[in-house]
Amino acid sequence: MKDAYINAKILDPKKNKEFIGDIIVEKDKIIDVGPNVYKKDKPKSYTNVHDCKNLFISPGLLDIRVSLGEPGSEHKESIKSGCKAAFAGGVTTVVCLPNTDPVIDNVSVAEYIQKRAKEVSKINLYTYGSLTKNFDGKNLCEMGLLSKAGVKGFTDATKSIENSAVLKRALEYSKAFDSLIIQFPEDKNLASDGVMNEGEISTRLGLAGIPSIAEVITIERDLRLVEATGAKYHVSCVSTAESVEVIRNAKKKGLKVTCDTSPQYFTLNEMAIEDYRTFVKISPPLRSEKDRVAIVNGLKDGTIDAIQSDHSPQDEDNKRLPFNHAEKGIIGLETLLPLSLELYHNKSLSLLDVIKKLTKNPADILNLEHGTLSKGSKADLLIFDPNKPFVIDVKKFKSKSKNSPFDKKPSQGKVIKTICSGEVSYAA
Amino acid sequence: MKPLKDSKRALLKSHLLSVEDLSIPEIDILLNKANFYADANKQRGKLEKTLKGSTVITLFFETSTRTKTSFELAAKRLGADSIGINASASAIKKGETLIDTAMTLNAMHADILIVRHPDSGAVKLLSEKVNCAIINAGDGTHEHPTQALLDALTIKRNKKNIKGLNIAICGDVLHSRVARSNILLLSKLGARIRIIAPPTLIPKGIENLGVEIFNNMEKGLVDCDIVMMLRLQTERMKGLYVPSTREYFKFYGLNYEKLRNAKKDALIMHPGPMNRGIEIDSSLADNLDRSVIHQQVEIGVAVRMACLEMLTVGIDK
Repeated sequence: MKDAYINAKILDPKKNKEFIGDIIVEKDKIIDVGPNVYKKDKPKSYTNVHDCKNLFISPGLLDIRVSLGEPGSEHKESIKSGCKAAFAGGVTTVVCLPNTDPVIDNVSVAEYIQKRAKEVSKINLYTYGSLTKNFDGKNLCEMGLLSKAGVKGFTDATKSIENSAVLKRALEYSKAFDSLIIQFPEDKNLASDGVMNEGEISTRLGLAGIPSIAEVITIERDLRLVEATGAKYHVSCVSTAESVEVIRNAKKKGLKVTCDTSPQYFTLNEMAIEDYRTFVKISPPLRSEKDRVAIVNGLKDGTIDAIQSDHSPQDEDNKRLPFNHAEKGIIGLETLLPLSLELYHNKSLSLLDVIKKLTKNPADILNLEHGTLSKGSKADLLIFDPNKPFVIDVKKFKSKSKNSPFDKKPSQGKVIKTICSGEVSYAA
Repeated sequence: MKPLKDSKRALLKSHLLSVEDLSIPEIDILLNKANFYADANKQRGKLEKTLKGSTVITLFFETSTRTKTSFELAAKRLGADSIGINASASAIKKGETLIDTAMTLNAMHADILIVRHPDSGAVKLLSEKVNCAIINAGDGTHEHPTQALLDALTIKRNKKNIKGLNIAICGDVLHSRVARSNILLLSKLGARIRIIAPPTLIPKGIENLGVEIFNNMEKGLVDCDIVMMLRLQTERMKGLYVPSTREYFKFYGLNYEKLRNAKKDALIMHPGPMNRGIEIDSSLADNLDRSVIHQQVEIGVAVRMACLEMLTVGIDK
């Protein structure tokens, strides 16, 4: 019962190597990988042989910031539809935000979601827990119990942790369980009722702006607390030039800080709002071109460790509203790979580096065993063609919601097959 | 602007949503027509009823007296049937979405819909869903194109030429759609625009629209031909933009003393409604030698007649 994927261009982010070779899978494990390993055994001993000539194989992608609507908003996305969308996007490991209804702030909700995921999909699904009970910003969740139940980190999802004392306690307490605290940085008072980036465009459109300092001000405060406590801290959705700068310096100083961003922040800027396009209303908002360039540079020099999709399903009724009232968010599972590959195509990053930010790096941040092609690891593979041109078409998306501003966008880089636990979970 | 050969329509656009979309030839056509109506309105009963048989609906999601009345009067003078919907009290409160409202109105076959809405961009959204012409009568803090057009015509009738004038727009620019439309329109027409306001009431990046910024009113008014005051929109104030109206009047309220810094023949304008004693001295507002506030209202009707006509002529019924 062995499957062989042969003649592929293999991208191994853990060994930092790119080579032509074969991957041998038995049941749900990779049992061998390397040049010519296929020939070690007789052809008859393989059940299936997939010739992957001219295609690339990398570990299945990890998406560490995904909102699923179950429980609570199943009409926007269920665990089942979300997992299908993930596979279609080449993602084999999903980490969900706790912004469900009820919130993942106790063991039973966390266990329920993990159980549901096992029933409907083979995907590796993990969740975060909320940092404070029901996102109240005051009372800490049971970090120890939740960690034991498999929760991978603590965050108030799309709410910034405002109270310095609460964050300080959380950082201190997290050390007992080696947990990761994840901040969504946005100063509530500065952001106020803003709906887009503050600047010339918001002035022209007459929309209330969120100043870009609302982000960095929170990160700077947090870094003081990280320094004082020595805890592990991760910043989600970095979107401004100042934030990149501040995190770069913190890393130089040796603080235990990591961060991520989403493709929208390096592929779009605030101009994409055009005439009040609510499909690009997101949080944090799209920033200026200067910020976009800084995000690309942050990815280049390693300041920004990982890329996630910030998959936020919204139904049409919540988007077809005046800009002020439209919901925030865009779906991203099925566009994560082609949009990230733009960094490769425009020569900002090597292909291996793009894949690292989608596999090994997020796995390391959350201490997950995924994102590797090493012998004995789980057979989660992505077979893709980074150069294949296609047009993004939301109608073909597996996701229940279609709120993507990238619809009709000519792109390059297509998922050919997604293999999860040794099984083909998606084939184009 | 190149007029379509097979059409008598003066505007290329089917809606009037913003000054930003208007070309200079289009603005000229609108202002010339409005100027004609401003004179014609003084001789009652001689107007051609060019909108006879058309239906004009005013749909106001915000309360308004002068703009709504002005549009309804303009429609009636041109012979249109006009109906007013006070939407702040109607279906919207019952949860009907803007798009549903548009669909309902669509089914009623109006020719022109005049819309005011508290959200920026809402009128544009509506325009994408209906098949009649739409006039933006003010959307959030975005634009109020007919106000800017009537201000431009008022200036033109008093000063002959707009090109080269120094125009100061003073006060709550941050929350003002009138200011945005006026900055865009008057600078297109060649005026030099200054903004006079405390830093907290100046929107970010406005200097990129080609305006000069002053935080000191005395300095800002030097050499001005037109002083355009804006209402301090206390109802839009969330948080502390100015510490008190008393302090505001002291530094940014227009009075005779501050006005001395402007040119001797400088005119005062205000889009109304005024807060007397907050942004403008009461007796100054009533001084007919300096203030053209009442002219603005009168010319407003003429400008709206021109807009209504330009959006409908040439449309085959």
